[in-house]
Amino acid sequence: MSKPKIATTSLAGCFGCHMSLLDIDERILELAELVEFHKSPINDIKSFSAQCAVGLIEGGCCNEENVEVLRAFRSNCDVLISVGDCAIMGGIPAMRNMIPLEECLQEAFVDGPTVHNPTRAIPNDVEIPLLLDKVYPCHEVVKIDYHLPGCPPPADTLWEALVALLNNKPISLPYDLIKYD
Amino acid sequence: MSERIKAVLDPICREVGNDRTSLLDILREVQHRCGGVSGEAVDLIAKRLNIARVEVESVVSFYAFLSDKPNGNVVIRICDDIIDRMHGSETVARAFESELGIQMGQTTEDGKISLTHTPCIGMCDQAPAALIDDVVVTHLSSDTARSIVAELRENPDPTRLVKELGNGNNAHDLVSSMVQNNIRLRGPVLLADFEPGTALKKALSLSPVEVIRNVKTARLRGRGGAGFPTGMKWEFTRATKADKRYIICNADEGEPGTFKDRVLLTEYPDLLFEGMTIGGYAIGAAEGIVYLRGEYAYLRKFLESVLERRREEGLIGKNVCGVEDFEFDIRIQMGAGAYICGEETALISSCEGLRGDPKNRPPFPAQSGYLGYPSSVNNVETLCCAARIMEHGPGWFSSHGTDRSAGTKLLSISGDCKRPGIYEVSLSTSLKEILSLAGAEDAQALQVGGPSGQMVGRQEFDKTICYDDFATGGSMMVFGPQRDLLEVVHAFLEFFVEESCGYCTPCRVGNVLLKQGIEKILDGKGEPADLPYLEELAQTVKMASRCGLGQTSPNPVLSTLKRFRSEYERRVKPALDGRQPDFDLSEAVAQAVSIVGRESTHS
Repeated sequence: MSKPKIATTSLAGCFGCHMSLLDIDERILELAELVEFHKSPINDIKSFSAQCAVGLIEGGCCNEENVEVLRAFRSNCDVLISVGDCAIMGGIPAMRNMIPLEECLQEAFVDGPTVHNPTRAIPNDVEIPLLLDKVYPCHEVVKIDYHLPGCPPPADTLWEALVALLNNKPISLPYDLIKYD
Repeated sequence: MSERIKAVLDPICREVGNDRTSLLDILREVQHRCGGVSGEAVDLIAKRLNIARVEVESVVSFYAFLSDKPNGNVVIRICDDIIDRMHGSETVARAFESELGIQMGQTTEDGKISLTHTPCIGMCDQAPAALIDDVVVTHLSSDTARSIVAELRENPDPTRLVKELGNGNNAHDLVSSMVQNNIRLRGPVLLADFEPGTALKKALSLSPVEVIRNVKTARLRGRGGAGFPTGMKWEFTRATKADKRYIICNADEGEPGTFKDRVLLTEYPDLLFEGMTIGGYAIGAAEGIVYLRGEYAYLRKFLESVLERRREEGLIGKNVCGVEDFEFDIRIQMGAGAYICGEETALISSCEGLRGDPKNRPPFPAQSGYLGYPSSVNNVETLCCAARIMEHGPGWFSSHGTDRSAGTKLLSISGDCKRPGIYEVSLSTSLKEILSLAGAEDAQALQVGGPSGQMVGRQEFDKTICYDDFATGGSMMVFGPQRDLLEVVHAFLEFFVEESCGYCTPCRVGNVLLKQGIEKILDGKGEPADLPYLEELAQTVKMASRCGLGQTSPNPVLSTLKRFRSEYERRVKPALDGRQPDFDLSEAVAQAVSIVGRESTHS
């Protein structure tokens, strides 16, 4: 029987959650025994070619491409997990939600004190995905099955959650793994 | 600092001895005289009371009847509860808007008239209603709205809008209001004749401990809704060692759909003051405070005159009824438009001149209440009952109602019924009987106890009003078969979002999320998983909130999910491809599209 496939992505995140995943250290070999990595920045597979058992989502949705990727994950993964605070509630990128988009762009590319932009143009290449009006947590865009909080969730939390899920066992996270102060 | 403001403010502050606990009174007066509490005024008040500026500012921003920006000379507040909406308050509001040429929340350019909404003003039996300054106008229509504006333009004195006086004491010189009592059913306990002094004299012939024992024997429980045994509350308050104690009457009747205290205050002020005096005697208090909601300011002068008369008759004051060493007086504390102040610890905060934030419990008010002194906060109706217990004896009182729910209850019935008004019924009367009394046999649902209570359907109309089935403060809103119950739930949540004091997160944020959840379903974008989500969220808000507001605000959602689940189920459908139906990508990128001037390549 083939190993279950796992896919991961970082949307509006900092890749910190992925770094935390790599922090499982040598257990990554054990993980590789358990699963096959499909679409993921870890192996640079760009698109889905098979149904995956688990999708790990880092980051919320700040632009249209994030939404498209997230929707593709929803269609191609049996179980979707929001990993980390940005996926769960928008996190740091969502700080812009209090400010109208136009003002944000103006400040970032034109008026900011450290900006040098004599043309006063806001970057507008067709390659640049359009920004959403605000940063959305993933569960407001698609149905999310589980949430793993933390900034980032510790490697052990990710490990315990994945192993429990893949072995079809109830997840048990000791207090230490979900305590963040 | 402008001399003009000083000239207005200094006497106001001086009159209350620059006392910080009178801040709310000061601010009400400044608001009244200047149409708002400006930054300059805040500065000066802070200086005079020797407190931080932010303390003054936070009180101004807390109460709906205070404003930092100047209001018009006249403020029209249209009652915006669900019952008024059902009776056409929205049409009335539009008429006011078009006639004044402004939107809700605005002031006319000449600075003469402001227009705004306000939550329930306690006139659901004569809806749609509005407050024009302190003057209540009822049974509004778009026609009367237009003529009101025309008259106010001619003469800004709102008292001239009262053409026909209401019945009973509403026609009293000091009330002069068009409000009707609408007493539909008188019972033996509350709405019977009362001779001032009779109850008090009997109480004073007993020892305070005996008075408390009688109230306990009568099995009187609080009439505000929670049903705490009154005798026990008095006993606890008395038992706390202190130099002073206070008895406080909660006349902040803010639960939408209730107006029974309005009628008690109008027709039975002596009964109430007598109940307070008895309570004061029982717990050992020398001062009583009536916390009167700002919406009932039209009753204030009248109530003051009753107090003055009682002073002259020796029923309050020094040596009450000739009893040596028993000194007791009552003062009226005006509220300023905040539902949360009906919660007893918030009410105490407000009496102290603070924001109406609830306090942590324990300590309970009986241990440490007003200014840290032991205080007993009782509902208007409870105190009236206590007076009757003294008058007729505990056995007589408990012969009405049931074992665990003694006495009668005043109900405020409104909504889709033929005879809205006040009914005094025995505790244990069934909902069916109540509906038939009010002429609402075809009701689809009855909201028992106001928004914070329960939405009840036909299958449970055989249950009764009592502390075991449906405990209620008395608000009964009837919804006929034509009403959309989810719209009702939505209106209730709007109310709670507005009235949450914002102190604790479960209530401040949770109620907004509940409202958004209901909106999603009302928009046809709900999916089946939203229902358990709403249930879970509602339970969290209930469990984790600090005071009664957040502990009950999810009830409309929970009780309709329990009893009217089909109303939800018929609107939700499974989401396509696991997408959230309420997320619309083209809407989300619309701003960016207009900023950069190219279309989205995704769909």
